[in-house]
Amino acid sequence: MSNTATSGAQQVFQLKSASVSMTALELHYFDNDDFENALKDKISQAPGFFRDIPLIISLEKYEGLDSELDFFKIIGTCRRNNIHVIGVRGGNNDQRRLARGAALALIPGNGQRDRDHEAAPEKTELPEEPVARAAPEASPARIISQPVRSGQQVFAPEGDLIILAPVQAGAEVLAAGNIHVYGPLRGRALAGIHGDSAARVFCQSLEAELVSVAGHYKISEDLQDNGWKSAVQIQLRDDLLVVSPLDKA
Amino acid sequence: MARIIVVTSGKGGVGKTTTSASISTGLAKRGYKTVVVDFDVGLRNLDLIMNCERRVVYDFVNVIQGDATLNQALIRDKRVNTLYILPTSQTREKEALTPEGVEKVIKELSETFDYVICDSPAGIEHGALMALYHADEAIITTNPEVSSVRDSDRILGILQSKSWRAESGLEPVKEHLLLTRYNPDRVERGEMLSVADVEEILAIPLLGVIPESQVVLNASNQGLPVILEEDSDAGQAYDDAVARLLGEEREQRFLTSQKKGFFSRIFKGG
Repeated sequence: MSNTATSGAQQVFQLKSASVSMTALELHYFDNDDFENALKDKISQAPGFFRDIPLIISLEKYEGLDSELDFFKIIGTCRRNNIHVIGVRGGNNDQRRLARGAALALIPGNGQRDRDHEAAPEKTELPEEPVARAAPEASPARIISQPVRSGQQVFAPEGDLIILAPVQAGAEVLAAGNIHVYGPLRGRALAGIHGDSAARVFCQSLEAELVSVAGHYKISEDLQDNGWKSAVQIQLRDDLLVVSPLDKA
Repeated sequence: MARIIVVTSGKGGVGKTTTSASISTGLAKRGYKTVVVDFDVGLRNLDLIMNCERRVVYDFVNVIQGDATLNQALIRDKRVNTLYILPTSQTREKEALTPEGVEKVIKELSETFDYVICDSPAGIEHGALMALYHADEAIITTNPEVSSVRDSDRILGILQSKSWRAESGLEPVKEHLLLTRYNPDRVERGEMLSVADVEEILAIPLLGVIPESQVVLNASNQGLPVILEEDSDAGQAYDDAVARLLGEEREQRFLTSQKKGFFSRIFKGG
């Protein structure tokens, strides 16, 4: 009765899609004492960063026994250190069943996702140019010297992506770091895909279908008014994508 | 060893078969032993344009399935005696072109011919992939309009990733842009992309520009490769393209509208 009366009133909730960048803890083996010590050690390096963060446990590199994998202990230890384990990524069916028993969310693993990509048409491996690695700690940039054509996708999962050719309409380039396009950018460019909000996109001519930095994006329509078809950089300032001409940088 | 050249586009109706017929005829006319292979299983057209449809006994699929030998299926052209046609099947599915079967036929052709021209079906599915897989060179047939250019870009990406050369890490497939149905008047009026626009977008070397012409349609209907219409703009443009394919330097023609005599020249060929 009261239900019908509220039909015109406000909805209880609405579902929206959200993409959040999160920290993954790549578990190699599990021993509760070792785990807690290592965790405390990490936290002591950056206490602010770890306070109340959501965390997912990645099982892709797990080499221990399934029987040692005690999610209740992992959750308990993390909670004692103000970290919230919310889900598990990857893992075999048994491991995922254990995770489910501990009320954790199941997130598709990197491996699973990669396999899907391979099935998709043309996950192209463009020939890469050798990259000089002076400092081994720095993530190497991926350098592409051929045009990235419609339907192709080029991904730099760790560092910057440098393209010395056009990125065509219908192509997609993604990088953990910055993206440089020394040619027209006509396709989609997504920088800082792991959440690096300091990443930028540089291009010689902005003609893009979409540009994104750390999940904040602008589509072609919204890019037309500022710097269109000219050399620009795109960066994030106060959660807003800002396009600025390169010659005044 | 033969040079294997695929004529492809992604988009349909842009002039792949017309181009295959003219390029192969042009190469053969210069004395090269040339075969043109129709990969468009189920939509057999090449034999019509080459005017040999009444001489088809066995086809490409018969050879793949071992029902006929290559020599039984090859048709010798009546006008140019170094030119052969391997027609396709009108009744089968594209999947009848198995990768192993295509490889076997292409290998066998490479042993005896100087040039193997593969006439690709439209699209980016199995038939098109089979046609481009063995290519050393590709003629990307493109009309001066946005969707055709986009599809050409797509097929260029596929050439770079799915061809045998790409998979084996060899020197990449050599790409040529052939702009067909080019109408300088419409370009001037802004109704068509210009040569410069298309070159700028696709960023591959220009092999030639074939002007839009009634002669092309008339020649197709008569079963005559348009390159044999030697007085026509389109025929001469194809001849230039063949010369450039062989490494000759030739200036681009037919890029601007010829004020006087342009239409009379076009219609004379019909």
